[in-house]
Amino acid sequence: MSESPFLQRLRDRLGERVACYRHGLDVPVLEIAPEHWLEVARILRDDPEFAFAQLIDLCGVDYLGYGSSEWDVGSATGEGFSRGVEGLGPGRFRWEERPAGTEIPKRFAVVVQLLSLQHNRRLRLRCHAPDDELPVVPSLTSIWPVANWYEREAFDLFGIVFEGHPDLRRILTDYGFIGHPFRKDFPLIGTVEVRYDPEKGRVIYEPVSIEPRVNVPRVVRRDSRYEQARVEEHLAREGDKR
Amino acid sequence: MSGAREIQNYTMNFGPQHPAAHGVLRLVLELDGETVVRADPHIGLLHRATEKLAESKPFNQSIGYMDRLDYVSMMCNEHAYVMAIEKLLGIQPPERALWIRTMFDEITRILNHLMWIGSNALDLGAMTMILYAFREREELMDVYEAVSGARMHATYYRPGGVYRDLPERMPKYRESPWRSAAELKRMNAWREGSLLDFLDHFCEDFPKRIDEYETLLTDNRIWKQRTVGIGVVPPEQALAWGMTGPMLRGSGIAWDLRKKQPYAKYAEVDFDVPVGVNGDCYDRYLVRVEEMRQSTRIIKQCVDWLRKNPGPVMVKNYKVAPPTREEMKDDMEALIHHFKLFTEGYVVPEGEVYAAVEAPKGEFGCYLVSDGANKPFRLHLRAPGFAHLSAIDSIVRGHMLPDVVAVIGTLDIVFGEIDR
Repeated sequence: MSESPFLQRLRDRLGERVACYRHGLDVPVLEIAPEHWLEVARILRDDPEFAFAQLIDLCGVDYLGYGSSEWDVGSATGEGFSRGVEGLGPGRFRWEERPAGTEIPKRFAVVVQLLSLQHNRRLRLRCHAPDDELPVVPSLTSIWPVANWYEREAFDLFGIVFEGHPDLRRILTDYGFIGHPFRKDFPLIGTVEVRYDPEKGRVIYEPVSIEPRVNVPRVVRRDSRYEQARVEEHLAREGDKR
Repeated sequence: MSGAREIQNYTMNFGPQHPAAHGVLRLVLELDGETVVRADPHIGLLHRATEKLAESKPFNQSIGYMDRLDYVSMMCNEHAYVMAIEKLLGIQPPERALWIRTMFDEITRILNHLMWIGSNALDLGAMTMILYAFREREELMDVYEAVSGARMHATYYRPGGVYRDLPERMPKYRESPWRSAAELKRMNAWREGSLLDFLDHFCEDFPKRIDEYETLLTDNRIWKQRTVGIGVVPPEQALAWGMTGPMLRGSGIAWDLRKKQPYAKYAEVDFDVPVGVNGDCYDRYLVRVEEMRQSTRIIKQCVDWLRKNPGPVMVKNYKVAPPTREEMKDDMEALIHHFKLFTEGYVVPEGEVYAAVEAPKGEFGCYLVSDGANKPFRLHLRAPGFAHLSAIDSIVRGHMLPDVVAVIGTLDIVFGEIDR
């Protein structure tokens, strides 16, 4: 596919500062290294050719376990349904039995959706944090003030540290919460539960007592049936018209 | 004794149990006398990890969670989510489904603005408004119930269309010892025909009801004293703080996704986008009232179209939509499809999209990453209220304490979507 004129203009203006230019499914996507993150953001906001005055959304993504399946569909199995129920997919394990965290390089990414009212155009930026143990990404708060809370959210939920953020506190989780709950190696059931203890006369925290369980296994299917279904739907619609 | 004395600022908790805190907002206010020096919202008291829960469920099972985000504009949230899935799957819902969605998005907008006008007026001392607003809200709730079976959490939109077609009959009130025959007749007057007939009656009647609200508020001296010049948001500030919807339009920027990036059938309906001038609470009030009138116009157009054009409301792709009961009973293939769809769900091709709708509060977006599985890999919901509330510190600085209530009201925050 040839490059769209807009992506070409981005490439002309930003050049080497962007590691990868891609046509996304809906909007162009730019992959940017942390060194150039702020510089590129400032150009995109201030250059009248782009004028991305609004940061619409910023979120963290944890790519641990991307594309992994709990349900082996490639070969027949003698284990039955239990292979799906007992799998250790995202979220379905206890804290002690959590999977190791560093299988893929560059787990954490920050994804930003930009909107230009002037040109009625959207753009997506992605910045992978170089270090998995301590993911650090520069903060966009000086460019778009709205990034403040979004970055606090990404810090709270994923543990991504935003360098230069004026007030990097937890935002959504409880006061005194431990861990970063949206990481893929954090169990869905959490680690602690609270209840009121009538003897102590206060609310106490205890390790969770419920069993992690997900009823539907995670299945990745890359087969032709989906293509076929789409063709069938198309033919059915053509038939309706006739 | 020295005459000079150190006067310290006073820090005060506003909420989370304050009735004007709209749910569970804990606002730590630093006050100099009665003037706000700093406002630090503490949110997350309603955090339910919707996005993480969605990662552990097949795509369709999370539609119901979307209703519970912004729980006064339910179907608009669903709309963003199903649009994201549809974009990834590359499917296009039938025409009629798109018109139904357009209609219900606007019904939802009226529901939301009624809730807003009622509770905001109540916060600012106008008790009557909420009683008026809830009267009309009840009628629209009945529409929700007629079409989905639930008054609020409808779970009505599906990837590929809507769950079912509009009902032929509008449910009626039944006789009861507490209602006289005359009263019952009055209550059922609109309900003799179909849902579309009911909405016809509603659209005819509702502009008069909006006039009633306006007689109560628009020229009301106390209302104006509480809102004019309060919480002024200049357009530059609105852009920098990612404001959308009435917050942005109130500041004079004519931006509406329904016009600029039309989805569903908004390109084919006729409506105007009201824009404010001063960017204060009063202008945003006027914008929202006018939006209710425009929504009524859109609903009317949708009703007319839907009346003339019967048709399917769901795609025929059995990978995402269940087959009919009849087909299931005599076609093995259909039975298998049904079984797979309700046990495993459908896989969504690998990719990432961002789908946004103009929800009543602003841009509600859904960023969806799929790795080719039957569950989302990552779902992020862009809630308009989150961005709006984050700007509250910059808006209320220098205002008096009672104005904080006016500003919270004008932001139109609902904690379901902010805390997610």
